[in-house]
Amino acid sequence: MTLRLTTAAAAIALLIGANGALGADKPTDPQIAHIAYTAGVLDIEAAKQAIATSKNKAVVEFAESMVRDHEAVNKQALDLVKKLNVTPEDNDTSKALSQAAETKRQELAKLSGAEFDKAYVENEVAYHKQVNGALETLLIPAAQNGELKSLLETGLKLFQGHQQHAEHVATELK
Amino acid sequence: MLPVRAAILTLLLGAAAVAAPSQAETIEVTIDRLVYTPAEIAAKVGDEVEWINKDALVHTATVKGGADVLLPAKKSGSLLLQEPGSFDYICRYHPNMKGHITVQP
Repeated sequence: MTLRLTTAAAAIALLIGANGALGADKPTDPQIAHIAYTAGVLDIEAAKQAIATSKNKAVVEFAESMVRDHEAVNKQALDLVKKLNVTPEDNDTSKALSQAAETKRQELAKLSGAEFDKAYVENEVAYHKQVNGALETLLIPAAQNGELKSLLETGLKLFQGHQQHAEHVATELK
Repeated sequence: MLPVRAAILTLLLGAAAVAAPSQAETIEVTIDRLVYTPAEIAAKVGDEVEWINKDALVHTATVKGGADVLLPAKKSGSLLLQEPGSFDYICRYHPNMKGHITVQP
């Protein structure tokens, strides 16, 4: 738990530190597209782990909705970058998010039953909170292209919904 | 001849509409980018609500402890209002989506 939060916090600190503090270092649209897409892919991978591991109906249903929604949004994102002729560009924030997710995946792999369910759902709450914070304070304000900005805004609304859904499932597990 | 017939038809249709004031209605609610529009609707028992989901996402219209209408991506779904009352509803998958239905007897 402590390690998990520390890793995720470090990824966000890097995100804010590398891009937020220095105005000149704001992420570019190709980087923003990569970060948003990566965040979605990582949540799909976490959900697939939960579907394979959990026996709890509410947890599995939540995880299935994460796969469905993030796949739908990432498809829209891919369509948009294609239309705009933008190539998503890998960057330190994407790398840090991927690394934090991998650490978490390994931690969760050691758990089963109610312990796994609780840890997965709590992490989903924390993860969506962090991604939403990054979208609100950094990615949306930095986005230059209007259509990208609009997709990120819809994404924020969607992920806020996911956060509330995860919080609801977390309450049910208590 | 034809315009006259058309005029009569219009009259008849108009009369039919006036003669059946209590006819059940279908009230449409559109879902676009995770927003129900209009968010608040007023209806009568016997009316139907039709949610038109324009998102590429699956939504629901769910009343706590009551109706649960599944709204697949880019599809619509409907609910026949059978009892009067004042109902808050949400999307189970995105609980930040909120709507309200007032049903008169």
